[in-house]
Amino acid sequence: MVAQNIFFGIIAALMVVAAVRVVTVRNVVHAALWLVLVMSGAAAQYILLAAEFVGVTQILVYVGAVMVLLLFGTMLTRAQIGRESDLNNKNWALGIPVALVLFVAMAVALIDGIGDDELPRDTARVEVAQISDDIFSPYLVPFLALSFVLVAVVIGAIVLARRD
Amino acid sequence: MLLNQFLLLGAVLFCLGVYGVIARRNAVMVLMSIELILNAVNINLLAFALQNGTSDGHTFALMIIAIAAAEVGVGLAMVLLVYRNRRNIALDELSEMKG
Repeated sequence: MVAQNIFFGIIAALMVVAAVRVVTVRNVVHAALWLVLVMSGAAAQYILLAAEFVGVTQILVYVGAVMVLLLFGTMLTRAQIGRESDLNNKNWALGIPVALVLFVAMAVALIDGIGDDELPRDTARVEVAQISDDIFSPYLVPFLALSFVLVAVVIGAIVLARRD
Repeated sequence: MLLNQFLLLGAVLFCLGVYGVIARRNAVMVLMSIELILNAVNINLLAFALQNGTSDGHTFALMIIAIAAAEVGVGLAMVLLVYRNRRNIALDELSEMKG
């Protein structure tokens, strides 16, 4: 348990620092690379939460596919790749009080409502077979809807991005 | 491990993502901030799945990952379209619909 807490602390600190860099850094490519660190840290947290399958999927989809998409988007929409001065809005400072108020509200609600509930130590592990049983019986309709969404996305992205 | 340490980590990531959506002007950076928000939600779902000992949270997290990938795909296609028409992806200049 102590080892898990130590690893949680290290990974969480890394994730928070990297997330702060993502929203403050002045270089789009650097922001994407910091985002890789946040995603990988999130995958590590999933594994710490006994969700190995979701952690591996996170690495495959986010660190693999989404990051390549974001870097391609950066590459295709920018003449120069490097530091820029106009990445922020004119009234970017408005974001700080909004984020602070939101965080204080959520932290008060969490600490007041959940307090120091322990996570159970010896629950049965969630097997991948059980996840697939879930997806293909009680969540079959959302799964089918999701496949329609993916088809629509493929067609929509092609229609939007092609040149006539 | 406490349940709250994961939930608070999720809250921090969520607020940083909200800050990024408000403060950033570049459309690709806004998409990255949205990814931060979706990851925060996933951490919460998996923490509650472990707390309750069920596997529903895993299914929800997988569906959110799929939707997030779809959202980035369409979002970048739109950003590309805006860039092709205007040579610029600053979000505050897209004001044709302003009354």
